[in-house]
Amino acid sequence: MKTAAYLCGGCGIAEQLDTARLAAIAEREGKVDLVREHPFLCSAEGVQAIREGIDKDGATHVMLAACSRRAKTEAFYFPDVAVARANLREGVVWIQEKGEAAQEMADDYVRMACAELKRMQVPKAGPDTGKSKRVLVVGGGISGLTAALEAAEAGYEALIVEKEAALGGWAARLHRRIPERAPFKDPAETGVPALVDAVTRNSRIKLQLGTTVAQTAGAPGRFRVTLSNGRTEEVGAIVQASGFSLYDAARLAEFSYGKSPDIVDQAGLEALAKKSIPIRRPSDNKEVKQVVFVQCAGQRDDSGKHLPYCSGHCCATSMKQAMYFKDANPAVDTVVIYTDLRVPGNGEDFYRSAQAKGVTFTKGKVSAVEADGAVKFRDLILDEDTQIKADLVVLATGQVPNSGVNIDNPDEPDANGAKPISILNLEYRQGSDLPRLAHGFSDSHFICFPYETRRTGIYTAGPVRRPMDIAQAVEDATGAALKAIQATENAALGRAAHPRSGDLSFPLVRLDGCTQCKRCTVECPFGAIDEDEKRYPVFNESRCRRCSTCMGACPVRVISFENYSVDSVGAQIKAVGIPDETEEKPRILILACENDAYPALDMAGLQRVKYSAAVRVIPVRCLGSVNQVWVTDALNAGYDGIMLLGCKHGDDYQCHFVRGSALAAERMSKIDDTLKQLALENERVITCEAAITDIARLPRLIDEYAQTIERIGLSPLKGFA
Amino acid sequence: MSAYQGDFLKEVEARVEEGEWVKMCMQCGVCAGSCPFGPHWEHSPQKIFMMIRAGKREEVLTSDAMWMCTSCYNCVVRCPRKLPITQIMHGLATYAHRLGLAPKMQPTRRFSVTFWSNLTRTGRVNELKLVLQVYFRNGFAAGLKEFWNMRRVGLRLLAAKRMNPFELVFPHRCKDAKGIQRMLAKACEIENRKRGFSQ
Ligand code: SF4
Ligand code: SF4
Ligand code: SF4
Repeated sequence: MKTAAYLCGGCGIAEQLDTARLAAIAEREGKVDLVREHPFLCSAEGVQAIREGIDKDGATHVMLAACSRRAKTEAFYFPDVAVARANLREGVVWIQEKGEAAQEMADDYVRMACAELKRMQVPKAGPDTGKSKRVLVVGGGISGLTAALEAAEAGYEALIVEKEAALGGWAARLHRRIPERAPFKDPAETGVPALVDAVTRNSRIKLQLGTTVAQTAGAPGRFRVTLSNGRTEEVGAIVQASGFSLYDAARLAEFSYGKSPDIVDQAGLEALAKKSIPIRRPSDNKEVKQVVFVQCAGQRDDSGKHLPYCSGHCCATSMKQAMYFKDANPAVDTVVIYTDLRVPGNGEDFYRSAQAKGVTFTKGKVSAVEADGAVKFRDLILDEDTQIKADLVVLATGQVPNSGVNIDNPDEPDANGAKPISILNLEYRQGSDLPRLAHGFSDSHFICFPYETRRTGIYTAGPVRRPMDIAQAVEDATGAALKAIQATENAALGRAAHPRSGDLSFPLVRLDGCTQCKRCTVECPFGAIDEDEKRYPVFNESRCRRCSTCMGACPVRVISFENYSVDSVGAQIKAVGIPDETEEKPRILILACENDAYPALDMAGLQRVKYSAAVRVIPVRCLGSVNQVWVTDALNAGYDGIMLLGCKHGDDYQCHFVRGSALAAERMSKIDDTLKQLALENERVITCEAAITDIARLPRLIDEYAQTIERIGLSPLKGFA
Repeated sequence: MSAYQGDFLKEVEARVEEGEWVKMCMQCGVCAGSCPFGPHWEHSPQKIFMMIRAGKREEVLTSDAMWMCTSCYNCVVRCPRKLPITQIMHGLATYAHRLGLAPKMQPTRRFSVTFWSNLTRTGRVNELKLVLQVYFRNGFAAGLKEFWNMRRVGLRLLAAKRMNPFELVFPHRCKDAKGIQRMLAKACEIENRKRGFSQ
């Protein structure tokens, strides 16, 4: 190892700080072999100087004391050496007035970067590099067909596994679809035959009909999939487009479904329309003269008996179905009873068209449908109970995702009361299907990465992810197919998927120290870790997203990454010079999520927002990666307070690693015991949720915390370390 | 006529001015919230439109709602569906009146009738006559009382030559009162034909 440090004087750093003092610290305390100052490090000459240090002087580890690690990443791109950065610009000169406090801050950041540097290695890329680029698509409905076709058109092989004997799914059973093109006025052809044709004729797409997935093992780039017909296929990524089942209208006793053939659900109406236009009623084959649509049948239910959510498409679907009648015979009375009409996309135009065609929309809540077709409801505008006698009633029931088994509760029936059947049959330690978010829909990062599930290389598309219509499913499937392709390419190179895209590090585990506690295997948000026969963890590197949650979980600290470890952060914590009590200078350690909190602080710097000079900020991959030992070490070292800044957790989480911040919160809830043992106040360690937009809020939080520390006084543990 | 079957809606579409817009209302309630008179009448435009769709013919046509509209056009400006609400309200009023269903003693209806006959006789509004007709609408004693109450205003108008008592005996006429009457008769005829009224 040969270390080199480069100190930049640009962007106001040299004006505000004594860079010679920083250089001396790097040399004497940091024990860096080669220390250089440069007035403008990201300039061509500056970069050239670094390059020479690497090429001529043989530096293998380079410390750059300049701007934030998030800035100038192109200029400071040296993939052949380990790089650590001291954030003197956003972290010091932009947020502090010139003076001793700022200088001390800078001194510490240089010390910290030198300490981190020596504990880093250049990542060598994971050994787990499956080379298959093929995409398995589970489900042959609109979503699956689109995903396969998009992958094929991008030049990748695809395999569709469909449990029915024919392709097309629900869409094939429609008479017409909601229009996706201007002027959005009339029901449109479904387009399914053409899509099926294009898929069937595409030489890159193979089909397995009447087949299900019996087992899925492996990892991105090397999934081994066994089918129900005994065949085994190797694929690089998977798109799960297993769609939905209709909510069973028979569960709505008050709507008499099943008691009369003239009470149908939306699928039933499509079947009638396919049979004949004008639509005839099933009981006597007479043309329907008065049809009533009951919206939200068993949906948006707050009684806890039915679906609590809105399926999103059914308002527009009822409009479309009402047009089946109106277009054929304007004299047919069509009444849609709704509580709110929700028509996403260009549905407003479609709604207007339905009104213009004479479909009557009535805001009301249906209480009962009698077997003779009497629809009883409360008119919510006229505020009265009333009824309509219809000769056909259509119930707009919702979508129930076909998401397989709830891995947290494998025997739980689905919303229709059906026994769960696994879709993917994953050979994963954490369960046979994808983790869920709510109501049975598979988890996907709603805010930032909608197709990403919590199983790397497996993407969901269509109504299994969230309720949706055809247009949305097509968009979904296209996105998922592209993500699947990306996953295979990353896997082949041993690179991480988002959000640490391109990271070549991977978890290294010292098994001889492992106590088989299973914390890592249980807590990994991405199910990357299996267990071997001796119950040791087996890391599947290409399933891993490099969140380091396992590292944070491991009580014996045997998990690490080449460029991020318990040691690399621990050394930074210890490198900070803690002033003794007599100096009355508090020190606050901030461990900030690199995805949201740290960028927000950088932006605060960019906006020159000033905040306390007592803080020393260390970016962490995720709050989930925070190992308890950092906290205890920091407290023992005499820090006066510790702030953990991470993303929002819960149902509407924003954590880039989905579960990281939730796990951190769980672990930190137990920190009080530690504090008690050390006879410290609860306020010494706090956790705050922060979003990337908290540019003004974070500095405020920090200052408030600094005041809290001032109020409770300096840590009594100073000087014992 | 049965509920929500659209018979009355079809009637309104065929026979009420701008009636074909009623089906386009999306029941957002913006008109109801915008109308400065909102709290003072039986039904907001939103409700009227829903009642039409629900087939409440009697209730709609006997409502005082459309008679209370001041033509401020607040609702028209705000309606996200661009319904000509004010026109529909007046269309409904006219329709109810012609069917003889409009509330007889509704003050604006009575004023409108008085105004119309005053205007069409000579082709000009005779303000003095109109005022007297309105004052004495509830009988002689009530008229005298109103007259007395307003005497100061009346005298000042006289002094300012804004009111001429001779108008009572020799009313101003427009040049071709007969022509105007013929024109109005023709318009009525056309409208009757269009809306299906017998005379
Ligand atoms: S917890 Fe994170 S870093 Fe550890 S194996 Fe799982 S995905 Fe990888
Ligand atoms: S135009 Fe008539 S109905 Fe519309 S807001 Fe004004 S008064 Fe009310
Ligand atoms: S504002 Fe327009 S659309 Fe809304 S309720 Fe009134 S008339 Fe209907």
